[in-house]
Amino acid sequence: MSATPQSSPETRPEALAAGTGMPNEFLTFTLGEEEYGVDILKVQEIRGYDTVTKVPNAPSFIKGVINLRGTIVPVVDLRLKFALGRADYNQFTVMIILNVARRVVGIVVDGVSDVMQLTPEQIRPAPEFGSNVNTKFITGIGALEQRMLILMDIEKLISSEDMALMDSASVH
Amino acid sequence: MSNIDLSRFHRTFFDESLEGLDAMESALLRLDIGQADAETINLIFRSAHSIKGGAGTFGFTAVAGFTHLLETLLERVRSGQRQVSQADVDLLLRSVDVTRAMLRAADGGDACDLDNVARVSAELEQALDMKPAVVAPVAARPVAAGWSIRFIPKPDIFASGNDPLRILRELDRLGDAGITCIADDLPELGAIDPERCYLSWNIALRGDCDEAAVREVFAWVEDECNLEILPLDQPVATAASVEGMEAAPPAPDAGGRVVKKPQLNVVEGGKAAAESSIRVGTEKIDALINLVGELVITQAMLQQTAESLDPVLNEKLLQGLSQLDRNTRMLQEAVMSTRMLPVEAVFSRFPRMVRDLAAKLGKQIRLETVGESTELDKGVIERIADPLTHLVRNSLDHGLETTEQRIAAGKNPTGTITLRAAHQGGHIVIQVSDDGRGLNREKILAKAAERDVPVPPNPADADVWQLIFAPGFSTAEAVTDVSGRGVGMDVVKKNVQALSGQIEITTEAGKGTTVTIRLPLTLAILDGMSVRVGDDVFIVPLNCVVESLQPQPGQVKALTSNARVVKVRNEYVPLAPLHQHFNIRADAQHAETSILVLVESEGRKVAVQVDELVGQQQVVIKSLEANYRRVHGISGATILGDGRVALILDVAELVRGYARAAAA
Repeated sequence: MSATPQSSPETRPEALAAGTGMPNEFLTFTLGEEEYGVDILKVQEIRGYDTVTKVPNAPSFIKGVINLRGTIVPVVDLRLKFALGRADYNQFTVMIILNVARRVVGIVVDGVSDVMQLTPEQIRPAPEFGSNVNTKFITGIGALEQRMLILMDIEKLISSEDMALMDSASVH
Repeated sequence: MSNIDLSRFHRTFFDESLEGLDAMESALLRLDIGQADAETINLIFRSAHSIKGGAGTFGFTAVAGFTHLLETLLERVRSGQRQVSQADVDLLLRSVDVTRAMLRAADGGDACDLDNVARVSAELEQALDMKPAVVAPVAARPVAAGWSIRFIPKPDIFASGNDPLRILRELDRLGDAGITCIADDLPELGAIDPERCYLSWNIALRGDCDEAAVREVFAWVEDECNLEILPLDQPVATAASVEGMEAAPPAPDAGGRVVKKPQLNVVEGGKAAAESSIRVGTEKIDALINLVGELVITQAMLQQTAESLDPVLNEKLLQGLSQLDRNTRMLQEAVMSTRMLPVEAVFSRFPRMVRDLAAKLGKQIRLETVGESTELDKGVIERIADPLTHLVRNSLDHGLETTEQRIAAGKNPTGTITLRAAHQGGHIVIQVSDDGRGLNREKILAKAAERDVPVPPNPADADVWQLIFAPGFSTAEAVTDVSGRGVGMDVVKKNVQALSGQIEITTEAGKGTTVTIRLPLTLAILDGMSVRVGDDVFIVPLNCVVESLQPQPGQVKALTSNARVVKVRNEYVPLAPLHQHFNIRADAQHAETSILVLVESEGRKVAVQVDELVGQQQVVIKSLEANYRRVHGISGATILGDGRVALILDVAELVRGYARAAAA
């Protein structure tokens, strides 16, 4: 049930486009109708959604915490956070475990598609567009034939104050 | 000097030296002036000697030079040439401080106060009536009579880790050493065994050192050599034979392959301790504890699965599982105990502090410690040291009266501070008590008004005492440099609470004050009662649970629409419906149809309303903050037998919430 993509920096040095500092390999997932991409190096593993312990008085998009081999990991439902699609939980609901800002966080998404390589030419700057996603977390648009990939700075998103995932003291 | 990198032994040297200094300090404080017992003096001497030896070996010449003075003074005491006076003890204690500062500086810490080093060195020299030249021996000194030494090491001296060169260097430090190397036994180059010593030496040592000091240099090799030490009557004209240090390497230059063993003297100094203990990094132990914690969870998971199995068909499996259960628990206990240290580790710093502060404040104070061997987690020990120091300082400064005041009050002129540690259930209780003036209710209330600290109306005594833990509160009439800057008691309380401990004060005017700190034995494991509210399971720390009850009709009374109390015997206890606190679903909306768990913290009680008591179990505390944030009313999380996460209730916070609501 858990597939771990090759994500350690040693094994994927090419994941960073030379010199630009921009990642060029992305894990893509869907939220509602839209397709998103996050830097594959931030992804620790992908697992199915299972029992989550609710955390009292947390915002509704924080589903709770899970036991990930002995560590307590909070789970955020991005569909609820961005009000995208219907937040159904079935056997296909997937959790992406991210390793960002020296923390482990799980995000619930509608589905994980694949890992994609993008050349710098394929990445366009983020336009001002009317998505529900706050544009400050969007680093660019990946254009791939018919598909359009919204590239997210997941680290910035997770550590942002309105995610309420960290004590305000530790938000930089 | 050696091709072996000595720096990897530095850590051990610093650790052991600092421990040696602690031992010296406590021995000095134990020392009875006038009738010093030989054992204590020896202990002090040995510590100083080991530090000196180690510092010399590792090239910390400043430390070695200083401890040499210290050692010389101690040697006089040891050999009975000198009676220890109070002034000597003071001087020795200050020397211990200086040595500690020098070691810390050598260990890459802050630079030590060189003026202070020089001052204490000068005092030591004065006490020894020595000229300062001892620190830097130069030939300019008038040549006094000395010793003629014949030093013939056994051929296998290297095998014991000793290095004659170091000994010769040490001798040179005692005075003006003229060293002649005798290489008659040196075989042909081809026949040389690099691990054998073929050389011997004649040393003419001129300097005003006594024979014991010379013998001391050879202390490590006494059994490994033939040694003759004769008085040097006349200043022999040895100039011709003096070849200086360079001429006396312990091995032939021609060989060039002589392997010298690293010096083991330092280690030898702590031999007795080394036999019964080893040094292990705490992170290794913590990793072990974490792993065992995981094992306990896995074991509990198996146990739960096995409960659904047919006991007849699976008899062997179930037997094995219960065996595994016992073994895991024993393993867990054993591993946890490796982190346990006697509380003495923190108590031992107080005799010195009390002594110094008492002198500074001009009070007569006796310190008593009880139960120093009580063990608790190293992490707790490290973090309780500061709060305790603060409490002791407070007792010294504010709690105890001056000698005159005590005499006027008809009390023993010598005040007593007692440090007490004991186990009580799953807790350790540490008390700091003094027989001083006690807390003054009026003064505290006046101060609270002055500082705008909120005071409940008609406060009970216990509430008044709690006021001193408010930030910015200090009742000292004069701010001294000992305490009374108004920071502190709130920090003490915060620190204790951070250790999930509790702090209480009892006091009686004119009789004294006792501050009681209750701490969990360890920070990693908690005895918990699991309770269910709707679909969620919470853990209530068992140490907070007073009782649980099923309320009778009429036992629950409403004060206002959302504040209710439960009458338990003759007490009215506020009702805390968990489902309302946490905005979750509960089976039973009314207290009469649910179960109440009476919890207590800081002397206040609250009745927590839950749906079901699930059971009692030991849980491993996991941090919620590592990946998430602090949650109000929750102190942490744990993993249940089935792998699910359960949250641990923060009873202290819950109770405080009600106390605040009641005060408002």
